[in-house]
Amino acid sequence: MDYVWAFVVGGGICVIGQLLMDVFKRTPAHVTTSFVVLGALFDAFGLYDQLIEFAGAGATVPITSFGHSLLHGAMASAEDHGFIGIAMGIFELTSSGISSAILFGFIIALVFKPKG
Amino acid sequence: MKLLGRQTWQFAQDVFVNAAGTAVGPMESEGPLGALFDKRYSELHCNEKNWELAERRLMEDAIGSCLMKAKLKNEDINFFLAGDLLNQVVTANYVARQNQIPFLGVFGACSTSMESLAIGAALVDGGYAHRVIAACSSHNATAERQFRYPTEYGGQKPDSATFTVTGAGAALVSHQPSSVRVGAATIGKVIDLGIKNPFDMGSAMAPAAADTIATHLQATQTTPADYDLIVTGDLSGVGSPIVKMLLHEQGIDISKNHRDCGLMIYRPDQEVFAGGSGCGCSAVVTYGHLLKELIEGRLSRILVAATGALLNPTMMQQKESIPTIAHAVTLERVKGVST
Amino acid sequence: MATKEQQQAYAEKIKPLQPKPPYFINCLKAFVVGGFICVIGEALQKFYMTYFNFTTENVGNPTSATLILIAALLTGIGVYDKIGQFAGAGSAVPVTGFANAVTSAALEHRSEGIVLGVATNLFKIAGAVIVFGAVAAYVFGMIRYAFKILL
Repeated sequence: MDYVWAFVVGGGICVIGQLLMDVFKRTPAHVTTSFVVLGALFDAFGLYDQLIEFAGAGATVPITSFGHSLLHGAMASAEDHGFIGIAMGIFELTSSGISSAILFGFIIALVFKPKG
Repeated sequence: MKLLGRQTWQFAQDVFVNAAGTAVGPMESEGPLGALFDKRYSELHCNEKNWELAERRLMEDAIGSCLMKAKLKNEDINFFLAGDLLNQVVTANYVARQNQIPFLGVFGACSTSMESLAIGAALVDGGYAHRVIAACSSHNATAERQFRYPTEYGGQKPDSATFTVTGAGAALVSHQPSSVRVGAATIGKVIDLGIKNPFDMGSAMAPAAADTIATHLQATQTTPADYDLIVTGDLSGVGSPIVKMLLHEQGIDISKNHRDCGLMIYRPDQEVFAGGSGCGCSAVVTYGHLLKELIEGRLSRILVAATGALLNPTMMQQKESIPTIAHAVTLERVKGVST
Repeated sequence: MATKEQQQAYAEKIKPLQPKPPYFINCLKAFVVGGFICVIGEALQKFYMTYFNFTTENVGNPTSATLILIAALLTGIGVYDKIGQFAGAGSAVPVTGFANAVTSAALEHRSEGIVLGVATNLFKIAGAVIVFGAVAAYVFGMIRYAFKILL
């Protein structure tokens, strides 16, 4: 059942993105940035954690979860350090994602040649 | 007077296209005209290290084949008129650095093919040159990375998008008699009817094509029936019906003999969205295919209106619309001259 | 220069001749591919939780890193752009789309060298996501924390 909900919720988020692209003529860059902001907004109201609980990877794999993790890290750090903690903690939970994207992107660029 | 109306040049009887050369990439080689091109690469890099070098190779190959057919050397050419889609027309600049022919860089986006041919014919007709080479090129990957996204980026393109042709064409213009003569040329105005979508250049360019074709017909006092074909450059599947509609509104019916290079170069089942585009599109179809049809007598008079979207990514991001242009050239078969 | 009226008239006139995006098919493709990527993510999560003792809290880290690696490889061998044309948002919205944006930009600019080409352009497209994410998290974090203190 976990897999079904991951599929449905993850696919559903992508459908919203597709509609933004096709109906409102947004570029993929616009769609992903909007989704990150939306993810953070949902987390600000504590809704995103419920979605993860329900859909698992269906909620953690879409880019919306990046916004959620950014805010989550910031809030966790704010617990300990107050307002300064927000800045300290923003990239706390997302660092593995960003650093692996940098590392793998860099290596691939050195190894492969664009195919066109 | 060699000027007809405001913007049309009527050339003397002795301005000829002596030879032409073409070079194309893999998708174009597989297309219906594939066998007609002089140099065909089975790989998009054209045995070069990067995309820009690949495009340069295409242009050099096209000029090489053209000169070889005419049995001439670089030194025999007075002027080299060339352009491409890249910033500062770099492909043309670097090819000119190599061939050492006195050079005029030309930019008209995808209309560069007919722009350079028209200027070349005017130079020859005016007595300012014996022999001129007019060339242009485009490459799918150099265009993608300059105008859109990195080539490996997974952005989805709509059906109205066009596919930049990987190819280059070159033509030699001189007084030396041959079986194809340059009849007249119309230099277009920049027209912009407010289309802002860079993935719908057919709709943006159709009004420019219609304006230039109508002007050309009026200035030369001809009708569509006087041409075996009226060919547009790269209006593709979206722009072609629009140009026919716009001309129909002015009482000009080109529906019977209109063709579009962007639709001729690929098979319908090739994945090229609405059709081909780019400088190379009208250049390789005109120089590789239409010219042969004229030489071999299957066509006797055609009008080629190369269309160009003067697109700039920065301007697009600043919410400007796309200015467009079209230049038209009449090519005629000359009877009784052997090449 | 064409007037506003002429532009509007032209837009109106060509409307019937312009292809409409196949909304339903595009959404269906996005749904299936996007859902499928999430299912792979779910499987990876279960795998890391079962065999590597990750918890629900931190299993996202190895999962997204793996997905990013797969997407970067698919970009390198020239497959991800084909998937993207097919799936649209289905492959752009998952974290794999982020990896594709990073890798494709880096790969494309390799011809300009490792420092000025690859490294400088790495975040050319994907950078916007990080900028907006960080700004949004900062703003929402401030507001939420302020509420927490005040209430």
